Amino acid sequence: MAEINTDSGGKKKHSKKVKRKKLSTRVDLTPMVDLGFLLITFFMLATTLIKPQTMEISMPSKDKVPEEEQTKVKSSKAMTIVLAGSDSIYYYFGTRENDIDPQLMTTDYSSEGIRQVLINKNAPILVKVNELRQKRDNHQMTEDEYKKQLSDLKADTDAPVAVIKATENATYKNMVDILDEMNICHIGKYAIVDITGFDRELINHRK
Amino acid sequence: MTAMCDVAFLLLTFFMLTSNFTSQEPVLVATPSSISEIKIPETNIARILVDPGGKIFYSLDGQENRIGLLKKMGEKYNITFTDQECKEFSTINSFGVPISLMKNYLALKPDQRELKDNLIGIPADSTDNQLRFWIGFSRQVNSKIVIAIKADQSTPYPVVKKVFSTLQDLKENRFNLITALEQNPLERTAKN
Repeated sequence: MAEINTDSGGKKKHSKKVKRKKLSTRVDLTPMVDLGFLLITFFMLATTLIKPQTMEISMPSKDKVPEEEQTKVKSSKAMTIVLAGSDSIYYYFGTRENDIDPQLMTTDYSSEGIRQVLINKNAPILVKVNELRQKRDNHQMTEDEYKKQLSDLKADTDAPVAVIKATENATYKNMVDILDEMNICHIGKYAIVDITGFDRELINHRK
Repeated sequence: MTAMCDVAFLLLTFFMLTSNFTSQEPVLVATPSSISEIKIPETNIARILVDPGGKIFYSLDGQENRIGLLKKMGEKYNITFTDQECKEFSTINSFGVPISLMKNYLALKPDQRELKDNLIGIPADSTDNQLRFWIGFSRQVNSKIVIAIKADQSTPYPVVKKVFSTLQDLKENRFNLITALEQNPLERTAKN
């Protein structure tokens, strides 16, 4: 297969007598193509075309903020999510009022679990988000406009605020999953906060 | 035949130009998935890798930056690195050794660095937080860096929290979590 026609040299001696045979100028390309494909295979295997995705998060600053500058959250809008071990979630709305503890509920990471809770909590915003999305899909609005209005919606003062707290037993996957649920359910205001004694007390009570 | 050859070489050129090689990571990490579609930049990136056992590895891109980083770290911990060692360090993609063992680590052959005994992880405890200085000096060396955390799904949260709070201490409040892509379940149902 990979041979180049080399028999031209031998006949040269007789070329004076014999009428010169016209030699073909074609070269056998097979080895070169072989090499080409070999290199293609190498580059295909050695490269990564897919770039990894990232999720951008902003953590609250550790600097102490004076009491009067802190933004107060209406307790009716607040929701606390505690990530516990073995893929379970505890959550409660509001905080302790008039010495009555908020009711602690439990759920999981499935689409019927925490997502349903968040969708119910965020229903008014989600209706608006759906309207926006339909407008975009019907080309009544550009992608940039859609993004801008979406972020305005999320920053609405009536939007729920989620406070995410993780116990020592939670894994990194739990954290990413819950942040992802925030994006899926269009909850714009959320914060990752250290777990407090109050939360531990509530959970221990339940157990 | 000529046509096939043309196509083959065209493809070859394409792959050669578009390729960026898979960088070897010291540990295998399975990232969790998310619906986020933001792509990670290719340059000016500082990557913090956390394995399931909680060991922390670090990598900074750019050979010049790495040399600058090692020199600054050396000054901080009173270790002088020779030019040879700096050069060696600039070729290492990710590393995970305490600074006190860095000299020994650099003296090893590349294949020995992959051994389990040499994958110790960078200390990030409150008593000896070297990760903090690695990141802080990286920012000084290259002010444009983007910080990305790549951690395994099963990494316990306290380890990740340690990294988060190290970043918060440095006032690096915005950073990226590297995830795999997953379709948005709400948009998907809306489209069907």
